[in-house]
Amino acid sequence: MSALSRMRLRGLVRKEFYQILRDPSSIAIAFLLPVFLLLIFGYGISLDAEHVPVAVVVEQPDVETASLAARFSGSSYFAPVFLSDLGEAENALRERRVNAIVHLQQDFSRRLRRTDGAPIQLIVNGTDANTARLVIGYVQGAWQTWLEQRAAESGVTPGTPLRIDQRVWFNSELRSRNYLVPGLIAIIMTLIGALLTALVMAREWERGTMEALMVTPVTMGEVLLGKLVPYFLLGLGSMALSVAMGLWLFKVPLLGSPWLLFGVSALYLLAALGMGLLISTVAKNQFVAGMVAIITTFLPAFLLSGFIFDIGSMPTVVQVITRFLPARYFVASLQTLFLAGNVWSVILPNIAALTVFALLFLGTSRCLMHKRLE
Amino acid sequence: MSPDAAAQVVLELRDVRKQFVAGARTLTALRSVSLSVRRGCVTGLIGPDGAGKTSLMRLAVGLLEPDKGQITVLGRDVTREAQAVQASVGYMPQRFGLYEDLSVQENLDLYADLQGVPPSSRASRNGQLMHMTGLARFTGRLAGRLSGGMKQKLGLACTLVRAPELLLLDEPTVGVDPVSRRELWQIVYRLVREERMTVLLSTAYLDEAERCDEIVLLHEGEILGQGRPAELREPLRGRTFSASSPGRSNRAFQKALAAVPGVLDAVIQADRVRIVARSGAQLAPDRLLGGIEGATIEAVEPRLEDAFVAMLRERAGAGEGRERAPPSPGGASPRDAGPAPRRGPVIEVRNVSRQFGQFYAVRNATFDVAAGEVFGLLGPNGAGKSTTFRMLCGLLPASAGVLRVAALDLRHAAAAARARIGYMSQKFSLYGNLSVRENLRFFSSAYNMSGARQGERIEWAMEQFELAAMAEMASQDLSLGHKQRLAMACALMHEPEILFLDEPTSGVDPMARREFWSRINALAERGVTILVTTHFMEEAEYCDRLAIMADGEVLAIGSPAEIKRGQRSEGHPDPTMEDAFIALIENRARGAAAT
Repeated sequence: MSALSRMRLRGLVRKEFYQILRDPSSIAIAFLLPVFLLLIFGYGISLDAEHVPVAVVVEQPDVETASLAARFSGSSYFAPVFLSDLGEAENALRERRVNAIVHLQQDFSRRLRRTDGAPIQLIVNGTDANTARLVIGYVQGAWQTWLEQRAAESGVTPGTPLRIDQRVWFNSELRSRNYLVPGLIAIIMTLIGALLTALVMAREWERGTMEALMVTPVTMGEVLLGKLVPYFLLGLGSMALSVAMGLWLFKVPLLGSPWLLFGVSALYLLAALGMGLLISTVAKNQFVAGMVAIITTFLPAFLLSGFIFDIGSMPTVVQVITRFLPARYFVASLQTLFLAGNVWSVILPNIAALTVFALLFLGTSRCLMHKRLE
Repeated sequence: MSPDAAAQVVLELRDVRKQFVAGARTLTALRSVSLSVRRGCVTGLIGPDGAGKTSLMRLAVGLLEPDKGQITVLGRDVTREAQAVQASVGYMPQRFGLYEDLSVQENLDLYADLQGVPPSSRASRNGQLMHMTGLARFTGRLAGRLSGGMKQKLGLACTLVRAPELLLLDEPTVGVDPVSRRELWQIVYRLVREERMTVLLSTAYLDEAERCDEIVLLHEGEILGQGRPAELREPLRGRTFSASSPGRSNRAFQKALAAVPGVLDAVIQADRVRIVARSGAQLAPDRLLGGIEGATIEAVEPRLEDAFVAMLRERAGAGEGRERAPPSPGGASPRDAGPAPRRGPVIEVRNVSRQFGQFYAVRNATFDVAAGEVFGLLGPNGAGKSTTFRMLCGLLPASAGVLRVAALDLRHAAAAARARIGYMSQKFSLYGNLSVRENLRFFSSAYNMSGARQGERIEWAMEQFELAAMAEMASQDLSLGHKQRLAMACALMHEPEILFLDEPTSGVDPMARREFWSRINALAERGVTILVTTHFMEEAEYCDRLAIMADGEVLAIGSPAEIKRGQRSEGHPDPTMEDAFIALIENRARGAAAT
């Protein structure tokens, strides 16, 4: 009686596909939204600082200051404005025309010739802490190379005895796009798995079709699978699209195995579908289902998964909360797979966590779904 | 019960109780219901909204669990063997359970898959169903694009892909045009005859109940009576009459008759008044006329509605002489003197059309309504009644034509016209979590009332509509009949000259409907013009004049008696309103086919 019937399941899956194809909103969530998000994050939002407007205040121009200033003009990181008065520069900073002031004082060249080194004053707009930190780093770098170059030319050893040799691992180009795009895949899969699924289930309740379904010999397991299969395939399709765009449009490297990427994504998709179905057992109209899905799945995946904000620098309480988010484990796997390769010591624990979530959510929704209207 | 008799019972409820708990509120859907549905019969579950019909249906198919009692379907206990029961019954929920973005054929295929119909037998069953429902030409059309009547038939076809032993239909005819309704009944009886099916269907229409083999009258979760329609009508034999008084307005006549001591119920029926006499009082019929001059009376066959109303009235406390004088909606207000009836039409509709894209919701409608008239718009869902209303209220501009309300052209003076009209919308538009008093205060302030004047009007509404006892109750907790009263009070706060009522009585019980109409009649007598939409055929008879609409067009205008007279034929020498409606639709279809 309760055995799975292939005929019934096929009927349900086929129905769902017709509905997906005829409903512009599911196509939009599955294919247009990923493209839209990828374009925004790929092109629009960059966490790198380039062409930062900087005021360079030179109080007494000479050969040395001109040479240092040339460093700023020649760098793609800066868009310098040369001024002679600090007051003017401070106004520019206040009015947000520049993000930082590099101040070379009157006695710059005289003190440079002395061994204690010539100080440059750096004033940074700290409103956006992230950019501020980047600007400080860039200015220090420019200053450092200028000193080295000058030393090499004159044969004089610079006053700073220590030389910092930096090397960046795993994202050697330091392009934020390279970690945003993999993280986005997690967001997109959350949208399809949880939001879309919760919405289409709620729609069945709203339109009274669930009631008609329940009075047929169909089992709740079949109803569940009838939703899982189509949206699982839809989610994989959407993931393939996002990965393809990431690789070929945004030139994000994929160092790990595509198969492993596929496997981890499928696992996360199951967890997300489980969340969507779980929401729909509680929220039986589309508005509530949509709100619950956004608040409990989409926003956390966006803010707390490590997609944009580093989990390590969150307060402890929030860090503990992130442990209960499947998206966190998926984002970590994605970033590792794309930028570092098949690092099993990272991937395996994440796979384990995702498996637990998928089983938990799918199992709970199966238990909560009764062929009853209460 | 003998085994033989047991085999004859397909569905049995024994002492079933069902309650719903929502927060602090407990709602009793069914109190202690026992009934049995016999094999090969069409059993009607009759009652107003909130009577418990849908809960009973859902309990019978195992979608709900009873709190107490036992339900047996085809010899199986529903609570324990829900899956097995569901495999042998067919159930059509209220909104037909169709996927609107799937075509007719795809819907049928889905349900055939779900019901496990073997592919080999599908084609013949399918052809049979399509033939029976007349949907064969529309198999490729999306279900969402079908008319109400076609959706209803597709919903039925979907529940019949595998011939069930027991078919349950939850309000299958709500809002469907009379032609489709009649076709549905033909299909149901064909199924009973040809496939030996047993049918349980619920409806709020008492005229439909007459077509059932057996009926169960349900009211507030209790069974008032069950049996064959004739059995239920029988106690009323000798107590039902039809009176007429030429030259007297039928509203005044009805009011006078309702006040006669021996009269239990008096309702307008076209140009006559139908009377039900009190039980026990074996009066000579003439006594029921209460000495009204020139009036004549004749005995008529009892109807189920008479029986239902008699049961309800007698249950509520017969012989108390509870018949109140109809309220005076002018109340203590300055308008008490009443406006002098204006000459000429108060509402003019001239060649009005309204298009939505390519679709005509209303096409070339023309009618007038005189001051103090009760004018009805009768038609199924989708006929264009609500669109006409919205245009008259200035909520929707007309695509073409002229609309004048209270001599104001709605194109230029919609706001000025709106101040003179009251509007009660289909769903009552009350704020559910505000109390009765708060709703009244809000609606009166929406019409710029404040201070003493507002207080006066609120007191008037409380008194006239008998809402004082529930003044502090949240309006969502009121019964449907009380909600309807409150909605009407809200629409009357600013003393409009014209009142628009959009399906005001759908779903309320016959008592609330009578009370409602007595208020409407009293308003009309004070010179208020009333426009009302309805799909209850018998309600059309209460109107002075009415327009019959279908598919956006006005098919006929006139008094109820005129409309019925116009459709007399050999087959129907004395047509009912429904017969007339069907004849009009068929004439139109023939006219369209001829051109």
